Amino acid sequence: MPPIVELDGLGVRFGRRDILKDLRVSLSGRTIGLLGPNGAGKSTLIQTLVGFVRPNSGTARVLGHDIRRSLTPIRSLVGYMPENDSFIADMNAVTFTRMMGELSGLPRDAALERAHEALFYVGLGEARYRMLGTYSLGMKQLAKLAQAIVHGPRLLILDEPTNGLDPPARARMIRLIQEMRESGEMHLLICSHLLRDVEETCEQVLILKQGRIVHCSNLEEERRANQRFVELEAFGPHDGFAEALTELGCHCESTGLGRIKMTLPPGFEVREIYRLAASRDLQLRRLNYRRDTLEEIFLKAMES
Amino acid sequence: MAVYKRTYKAYEGALTPAWSRFLILPRSAYGRLMSSKFLVMYLVACFFFPLGCAAFIYASHNLSFLTAMNIPAGRLFQVNGQFFQFFCGFQGGMAVLLTSFVGPGLVAPDLANNSLPLYFCRPFTRAEYVFGKMSLLLALLSAITWVPGLLLFLIQSSLAGANWAGENSWIGTSIFEGLMIWDVTLCLIALALSAWVKWRIAAGGAILAVFFAGAGFGTAVNAIVRTQYGSLLDLRKVIGLVFAQLFRDPVLPPVPASDAWAVLAVTCAICLWLLSKRVKAFEVVK
Repeated sequence: MPPIVELDGLGVRFGRRDILKDLRVSLSGRTIGLLGPNGAGKSTLIQTLVGFVRPNSGTARVLGHDIRRSLTPIRSLVGYMPENDSFIADMNAVTFTRMMGELSGLPRDAALERAHEALFYVGLGEARYRMLGTYSLGMKQLAKLAQAIVHGPRLLILDEPTNGLDPPARARMIRLIQEMRESGEMHLLICSHLLRDVEETCEQVLILKQGRIVHCSNLEEERRANQRFVELEAFGPHDGFAEALTELGCHCESTGLGRIKMTLPPGFEVREIYRLAASRDLQLRRLNYRRDTLEEIFLKAMES
Repeated sequence: MAVYKRTYKAYEGALTPAWSRFLILPRSAYGRLMSSKFLVMYLVACFFFPLGCAAFIYASHNLSFLTAMNIPAGRLFQVNGQFFQFFCGFQGGMAVLLTSFVGPGLVAPDLANNSLPLYFCRPFTRAEYVFGKMSLLLALLSAITWVPGLLLFLIQSSLAGANWAGENSWIGTSIFEGLMIWDVTLCLIALALSAWVKWRIAAGGAILAVFFAGAGFGTAVNAIVRTQYGSLLDLRKVIGLVFAQLFRDPVLPPVPASDAWAVLAVTCAICLWLLSKRVKAFEVVK
């Protein structure tokens, strides 16, 4: 897959403070999660990609277009949902979304049609003629999402999309993001503090810390790679079981009460474990492939 | 993205030309603006004086009317440069009030609701945004200033004959030039103050304060320093000096007209600078 976002020595400085430092990475996932603690530079990176901030060094390419030279094509291809409340209070949702569609270049009638469709799609169909100023926080988030997708962008940038949402509204937002990902029509770049949101929606993750990239990986590949880590719980006479597994080439660590964590050697078949347990008259109560959660990946990245 | 399917689908149709997109802003704002009865009534009131002027021009060329009213033709005001200069001064004053009603609603709501990132994340530049917002007010100001002014000039030309029109064609140019400069200046002042004062009522007050406080301060400077240059702080007087030059007023101005032109240019430049500082997709908090 061609890269969606390429950072090539990107650096941004506000005054004397370096916000982003020499970022180099190529991101090509269908959904890319942007993580990092407060002040890591996530929002600045997003604002640089949409051209709000001019880089001091290096450059970035979005969908193949250089942010220094081709901002207009980038802005035509990108939909942006900002983190903070952004709307026009004395407009209803249809008028607002339609105007945003027209500003993206849609003809008047097409913009109106797609405004209705986008509002229905995000679940604001029944409330689409209400003034935006009267919307709840969750509805405003959905209206922001509608304006971001009305023109059919190829890359949708969502800055904290579940910010301030209650659990049902959050679940709805996550489902919408998953649906858009499954549609295959667009790529998504999601910036969030909530690891669970990113874990549920993203396949690639970029972690920033103090303006630098500390981790970039494909979550699916990482999960597949982690299938060599197994946790099991045996019931019965388990003395010497860990040693027997070690003889088979596994690296084992007994955590007591028949619980063993182990790393399987390359080419090792899991049925060997069952066979060994059966020969020792052991019951295997649990056998899990242990994979790193995003939280563990994030914490490791923060410690590095 | 059909409603019944509820699945996302990208737009693949034709796009509008980029140059025409600034017109979306005045078009969407126009309906909301005209929902104010007060504004509509004020706009109607702005046409009373031009209608009166049109009636006067017609009457001054209608001998049977003058005879019936027992008015000697020579006793009426002449329709000449000074007549149109007075017209421009009067309608220019009406334009100031209209600006104070409409101006605060131009940029302030977008700043208050943080909607600028939504405009600028699209293929829509800051210049197009300012031009789009400005065009709404400029259209309204034009409708009450130079458009009726030129209509009056055409009425006078048609009644006075081709000779008069030929000899006084500079009046038409002066009406357009003078009032257009005034309208643009008012628009920029309104936009700049609307961008810096988020509260609409305060922004309206600030626009009026620029004119009335400037006039008061200018008068005080003139009295204290015993000069006439304090008049340059009063924008109404400044545009009056410009009108006087454009309409070839025989009365010697207290301050050279070139200084008045310079004040207008500096005012516009300051307004543009103020706008460039505020009309941004985001702010860096120091």
